[in-house]
Parts: sequence; structure tokens; C-alpha cells
Amino acid sequence: MKRLLIWVPFLAVVAVFAVIGWGLYKPADRTVHSALVGQPLPKFNLPPIVPGKPGLATTAFATGKPRLLNVFASWCIPCIAEAPKLLALKQAGVEIDAVAIRDTPAAIADFLARNGDPYAAIGDDKVSAVQLALGSSGVPETFVIGGDGRIVLQHVGDIRDEDVPGLIAAVRNAR
Amino acid sequence: MIAEAGLAALWFAAALALLQLVLAALGVWRSSRFSVRPELVEGHRAAGERPPVAQGASTGSARTAEEGDAAKRVLTDEIMAAVRPVAVVQGLLVLLAMLLLITVFARSDMSVLLVAENSHSDKPMLYKIAGAWGNHEGSMLLWVTILGMAGAAVALLERTLAKPPLIATLGAQAAIALGFYAFLLFASNPFARLDPAPADGNGLNPLLQDPGLAFHPPTLYIGYVGISIAFSFAVGAMITRDVGPAFARAMRPWVLGAWIFLTLGITAGSYWAYYELGWGGWWFWDPVENASLMPWLAATALLHSVTVLATRDGLRAWTLMLAVVAFSMSMIGTFLVRSGILTSVHAFAVDPTRGSFILALLALYIGGAMLLFALRVGTVKQGNGFDFVSREGALIANNLLLTVILGIVLIGTLYPIVAAAFGTQLSVGPPFFDKAAGPVALVLVAVMAAGPLLRWRRDTLAAVFGRMTVPVAATGVVLILLATMSGIALLPMLGLALSAGLAVASVAPLWKRNLRRTPLFTYGMVVAHLGIAVSLAGMACDTAFTQATLVAARVGEPQHVGPFTVTLDGIKPVIGPNWSALEARLSARRGEDGAVFYLRPQSRYFANPVTVTSESAIATRWDGQLYTVLGEPDGTGRWQLRLWWKPFVTLIWFGGALIAIGGALSLLGRLARGRRAALREAYA
Amino acid sequence: MRWLALWLLVLAGPALADSKQPPAPLANVQLKDPAQEAKAQALMLTLRCVVCQGQSIADSNAEMAGDMRSLVRTRIAAGESPETIRAWLVARYGDYVSYDPPLSAVTAPLWITPLVLLALGAWLARASFKKRRRV
Repeated sequence: MKRLLIWVPFLAVVAVFAVIGWGLYKPADRTVHSALVGQPLPKFNLPPIVPGKPGLATTAFATGKPRLLNVFASWCIPCIAEAPKLLALKQAGVEIDAVAIRDTPAAIADFLARNGDPYAAIGDDKVSAVQLALGSSGVPETFVIGGDGRIVLQHVGDIRDEDVPGLIAAVRNAR
Repeated sequence: MIAEAGLAALWFAAALALLQLVLAALGVWRSSRFSVRPELVEGHRAAGERPPVAQGASTGSARTAEEGDAAKRVLTDEIMAAVRPVAVVQGLLVLLAMLLLITVFARSDMSVLLVAENSHSDKPMLYKIAGAWGNHEGSMLLWVTILGMAGAAVALLERTLAKPPLIATLGAQAAIALGFYAFLLFASNPFARLDPAPADGNGLNPLLQDPGLAFHPPTLYIGYVGISIAFSFAVGAMITRDVGPAFARAMRPWVLGAWIFLTLGITAGSYWAYYELGWGGWWFWDPVENASLMPWLAATALLHSVTVLATRDGLRAWTLMLAVVAFSMSMIGTFLVRSGILTSVHAFAVDPTRGSFILALLALYIGGAMLLFALRVGTVKQGNGFDFVSREGALIANNLLLTVILGIVLIGTLYPIVAAAFGTQLSVGPPFFDKAAGPVALVLVAVMAAGPLLRWRRDTLAAVFGRMTVPVAATGVVLILLATMSGIALLPMLGLALSAGLAVASVAPLWKRNLRRTPLFTYGMVVAHLGIAVSLAGMACDTAFTQATLVAARVGEPQHVGPFTVTLDGIKPVIGPNWSALEARLSARRGEDGAVFYLRPQSRYFANPVTVTSESAIATRWDGQLYTVLGEPDGTGRWQLRLWWKPFVTLIWFGGALIAIGGALSLLGRLARGRRAALREAYA
Repeated sequence: MRWLALWLLVLAGPALADSKQPPAPLANVQLKDPAQEAKAQALMLTLRCVVCQGQSIADSNAEMAGDMRSLVRTRIAAGESPETIRAWLVARYGDYVSYDPPLSAVTAPLWITPLVLLALGAWLARASFKKRRRV
């Protein structure tokens, strides 16, 4: 038994290297994803942030038609980059609502004026309450909400050109 | 030219490391083949005594054979004699390379890529210099410098060890150095040029622009990399099959020296994080912190084990294994910090290809050493046995418990990767480590209290309990006192009670002793164990008794925290060498009639790179620290203030310093005794 | 005039990718009830900031960490238990957000290891002890 015991340290080293090697060659995805994909959208009711655009509530979503929920802010640089893609999605017939994180009416109005306005409604989330409720960890993020009010897909980060077809397809396939 | 000279010095050092390895390997192989020299036999004979000649052999052929053998021995001796100077020159060359890197940083030579990426001409000179090791390549060069200098130190200073194991040790050190030189030269060249040179650099991360950067990495590395000597000693001993008290006595001062620096480095890092990060935390079980703790745990176990081997010729396999594990943990830690596989605020930004290089090196060195252990340890003569209740028994318990804590820290640190392999992302943090390692550490504290009071070889439980009555009473009294106070969690309560018992028990070996004739290393043990008790008390007090006041304060409005009343007098802008800041003046007084004193926490804005840091203002008293931080304004004329009263928190680092002082006393004591013994022998 | 220049310099500050809005109400303010605040603080030390490089929300300057602290304090003040709040966050972010790994099939090796190591150690120790023969 002693002879076998002597090999335990060597085997322990092999195990540690296996773990380390795995960590190096199959690096874990560092993005924090929402765990709510597949679950119903949490209940929330946000007041409007700019005059002329309604606020956003969960009731806007379980209408039978899939919609996009875009989490953004005027101080978020990649949101500027993704604005044209959102406009393109709107052109393709996708309905988009937004939650504005920690923002002010003036800044949002300015942002919409500069970058275009694809949104049907924008909710005012001053303390990231809805962002936390959704399991979102930053801006921008986009959620595909099915017609039954379930979260179908989460897209973390800004929407690039290559993401647009996938999102359109996801919206079409969602029921 | 300076950068090129540095690179050349590095190449030369690498070449010398190769030479050192070749010579050492050749020397050790030849010495085992061509003679059974007296020094190899465990019972030393005096130097100079010739080995026995075969009976009745004085024919011509026997004489020629003897002469041939003598010639071979002379050549072997010459080869082995060459190793030490080569090691010394290698150490000096790599030191030169490091100094040249520091020079290009000090001169803000932006044509060197590393300087352009990590430095800025506006920085104060201290941070220009310290910034040399505030990045991956520079700190890797520091790593290799200490490795080379450690080898040089052994070559220069080690006199007690027999030649073959010493040369084998230097060979092992050279083998390790060679791999890391290769890593530096081929994958992390610190001296790469940038053409065209930019006007100025990117600057150093403001969190690092602190005297801590000048102190913490070098101290930590001297310990962290210095423990490579223990690894090399162990490998050398396994190769030459010379594992005995002589080996342990030779290795002990080196282990102590590295351990002292490692203790200081970790203590300094903890204090730096405490005052720099602005939330009053001093240990986060962050992967990089764990990476420095694991070698410390192994080195602590090693330095206890090596004494058992030196004095009682026991625990041979343990000593070898711990020596290998300690430096293995250092190397794994180095890898973890630079490979990007773990998320940490400390981690260097490195790309994964470098990670692969280090991983290959690690597999070679650690796997090789463990293989050698498995193959050789069985043939190492087993030392003396001892009873379960004995000091050796307590030291085995000490080794085991430290190894268990090491295992817990290792698996906790690596587990997120394992979980990712199973498809889930999870975090392992203080709740796990406190729950898993905390109780084991408390048991270890209890063993530490009893250990020095146990006799060697065999003792009885009754006698031990007899000697432990006062410490146990102290623990009991504190426990009862704390239990009557409300709101203290179990772990800090036990920690504080046990620290009281340990403090009493650590001084116990001095009772009834003639204090002037007590050896210095006994004082070392007393002070070091007392340091652990003090540190533990500090940790428990901070966890149990800290009071916090987080508030949005108006100017002139008094706030209360602990026994203090703190008022925000005003905010004013302040300009520094490469930052601008908003400084709050806080006037504080203790109780109703304490003298008013002022604290000036700042919120600092750096331009390169663009960052905001908070500089805490701390007032230290004999019984704790008042820790103040200025936050953001809330737009209505109030400023966020974070105020803490942390009773006895300074004991944590004071205890750490005591531990290091205890180690230093032990080292001095051992060296003094060794010198006296050598003198006695010389004049005998 | 010099002071004005200094103020402008300071307030012109760096362009951070931050909202620059005031923090959430209870992000940096304690609860009035010390017992509740202690509970909240204990919970915050074990929740991970999802936008940081390995910090708890109790130790982080990030805005989102502040929002999470405010959420924790608000809910504790409303009477929720720490475990409920943790579960709520885990339902949204997965086990990643909790520094206290759950007891599950995936984490079983993690939690069992200390016990296995202790047992292994004890067994190894037995091998080192001399067998005393009682005469």
C-alpha cells in the first residue's frame, strides 16, 4: 500500500495539470449570461423617460407577437454603434422596446435625436432594478421576448451586422 | 544601447545556466561512478582520509588502475569545482539585466516597448523604478533575477553540505533557471524595442502608484522564488540519495530565509490592499492572493519538518515532498497569475500562448520532481520512529493540517475551471474558504499551542494536559467573556479565544528556563508562534467588532462611528505630480473631550491612464484604526463618506511582522550555533 | 482665479464610461437598524459583482455593485431573508453571482475534498508512528 501511496502526489499533480490545461485550452466564457432564458419575463412597470414615448411594463409583452427588449443607456458607447442595426431591425418589422439604465430625459432625447429612434416605448430604470431583475450584467444587451412573454434569447453586447439575421430569425421563430 | 546590453546580459546568463547544468550533471554523474568517496558515506570521515586500498594489491597494474582512478577523480573534482563560480557569475549577470531594465524605466526611455506601455514621464521617480516590475515581463525578469541570485547565494555561502549533493542542487537550480530564461527570451522579452518611439507612455495603473509597489513584489518574490532553493536541495538530495540530517541542516537556513521574506511579502500585500482599495478588507481569497498563500503554507510545514529531520532524523519523505510542493506551488501560482485562466483584480493581462509555455515548463519541473520522488523515496532509508503523542507527532499533525489547508485553498481556487468543464459558471469565494479552511486552521492553532510543550520521541497525554492548564484556562476565560457579548459569530469567537490560549502557550516554553541561556532559535519559535496568535486576534477582532458608518454627509454635520465623532469640514481641490484630487478635511474627536485631529481622504483623478482612485485617510490608535474614505457627491450638496472604526485591526500585520521576526531570530540562532560548531571543530 | 482653474481641471475629469448619475438610494447609506445592516453586510460580502474582475459587491466602486447593494438593503429592510435574496439573484445570474457555492452534484467534489484530505492525512500519519510493543 505504501508503494501506491508514493504515487499519490504524482497523480495529484497530473490532476492539477489536467484542470489547469483545461482552463487554458478551453477557456470559460467570461460573459455573464442571464439565467432567465426560457423563463417568463419578470414583472416590472417602468415610468416613461422622454415625453411622447410611453413607459414600459411587462404587460406590453405577452401580446402574442414577439418583441425585442433592448437594454441601453445614453452614456454607453457601444449603444451608439448598435443604433443603426436596431433601425435596420425595425425596418425588417421587428418591434423594439427599451429600458434606459441610469439615465436622464435630456440625455435620452439627445441620444435618440443623434442616433435614431427605433423604440416603441422606453422605460426609465434609474437604479438598474429591471436590469437586475432580468439578469442583465451591462449595456447594451438585447432580449428576444416571445409572444407568450417568455425570454427566448439573450444577446450580450452590441448588435453587429452579422447578428441581425439571427435576431430576425429568432423573432420569427418565437411564438 | 542599455536595453540591448540588458538583453545581452540575459542571454549570457542563460548560457551560463546551461553551462552550470551541464557541468553539474557531468560532475554528479562522474562522482557517483568513479569513486566511493568518504564524503558520500553517511558517517563522515575527516576530509583527507584516503579510501581503503585493496588488500595486498601493490602490483604494477593495480597502481596504474589506482592512478587512472585518481586522474578521473581529479577531473571530476575540477568539473564540480567549476560549477560554483559559474553559478555566481550567472547570478550577477541576471542582476545586471534587471538593473539595466530599471535604468531604462528610470530614464523613461520610450523606445523600449515595455516602458512605453507601462510608464509615463510624469510619474514620480519611485514609481518609474518600481514600475519596472509592475507588469508581466518586468516582474518575470525580477522572478528570474531572484532565481539566479538564489543560486549564486547558495554557491557562495553554502559550506556545510557535501559536494555531490551541493553540485546536484546547483544543477537543479540551473535547470529551473534555464526554462524560465527561455520563457523570458522567447516569449516575454522585456527589452523589446518600439519603433517609432512614442512621445510618452501609457502610464502605470494608479492603484499601483503607491510605496507598496516598491516593497511588496520584491519582498514577496525573494520568498516565493527563494524557496526554489529548497526544491533544488530536495532534487539534489534525491539524485545523490543523500537525505539525512546533514541535508536538513544545510537546507534549513535557506528555507527560513525565504519563508521570512514570504511572510513579510504577504503581510505587506495585505496591508497595501487594505489601505488602497478603500473598503477596509485585508484578505479576499482572491486567486492571486491564494497563489502566494499556498507556497507559504507548504514552506511553513517544510521549515518544521526540516528541523525534525535535522535533529531526530525523522520525516524524510515529508521533508522532500514539502520542499518540492512549496516551490511547485510558487510556479503554479506564477502560472495562474499570468495565464488568464482565473479572473482576478491582480492578474496580469497576458495572452494564452504564454500560458502554454509556462504550463509546459511546470509539467516538466513538477512532474519530473514528483516522478523522482516516487522513484527514489522508497530507497531513502527510513528515519527513526516515534510515538503518536510526542513532538514529532505534533509536527506530523502540523504538516498534515497545513497540507490539508493547502489542498482546500488549491481546489477552491481551481474549482471554477472544473465547474466550467461541467458547463456551469460558479464562483468560489470567502464563504467556502472560511467554512472549509477555518475550522482546520483553528485545530492547527490548538496543535500549535500544545506542540512546543511536548517532549520528543514519546510523551503522555496526562503530562501534556498538565502543562496546558494555563493556556486552556486562558482560552476558556476569553470564550466565556465573548459568549456573554451578543452579536459575535462563532468563528471569530473561537478565533479570539484560541489566540489567547496560543499566546499563553507560545510563551510557555520560556517558563522556568534560564532566559539568558535559552538558545536564540527557541526565542524565534516563541516570537513566531506569538505572532500567529496576535495576527489571529487581530483578524477575529476586525471580523467581530468593526463598526461602520456609511453616510451622505453635509459639511458641518457630525457623524458618529465607534467612539469617534467625525465632521466634514469641507472639500478642496489638490494637485499632485500626476494627478488631481478632491480632498475632504475631516475633523474627528474621540468621545466628548478628546483632542481634535484631522483626516484628509482624497478622491484622485489620474490622466494616464484615466482612472479614479480613492485614497483613504487612516488614524491609528493603540486600540484600532479610524479608516475614512471620501466617495462621490450625490448632487444635493452631500458627499458620500465611508467611516470605519476597526478595533485592533493593526494586530493582523503586527502579528505578521512578529512571525517574520521570529523567523529571523531562528535563522540567526541557527547560523550562530552553526558558526560556533564550525569554530569548535576547527580548533579541536 | 487659481482655485477656479484648479476646480475646472478637477471637475473636467476623465471621460469614464459611467452614467455619472447619483448612486441608488441605499447603495452607500446604511440601514437604520444595526441588526438588519449587519445581515445585509454579511450577505453583500458573499455576492459577486457581475461587472468586476473578482470582487464582492461590498468591496466594489462599480455603479452596478452600488445598485446591487441598494437592492440587498431595500429587501432586507422589507423583511426578506438573506437566503431569499441570494436565491433571487442566483435565479437571474446563475451560481456565478454567489461566492458561496451551492451543494450540488457539480460542487460535491469541492465540498467533500476537505474531508477526504483529512482522512487521507490521518491515514498517512498512522504510517509514521512507531508501533509500540507493550511488554
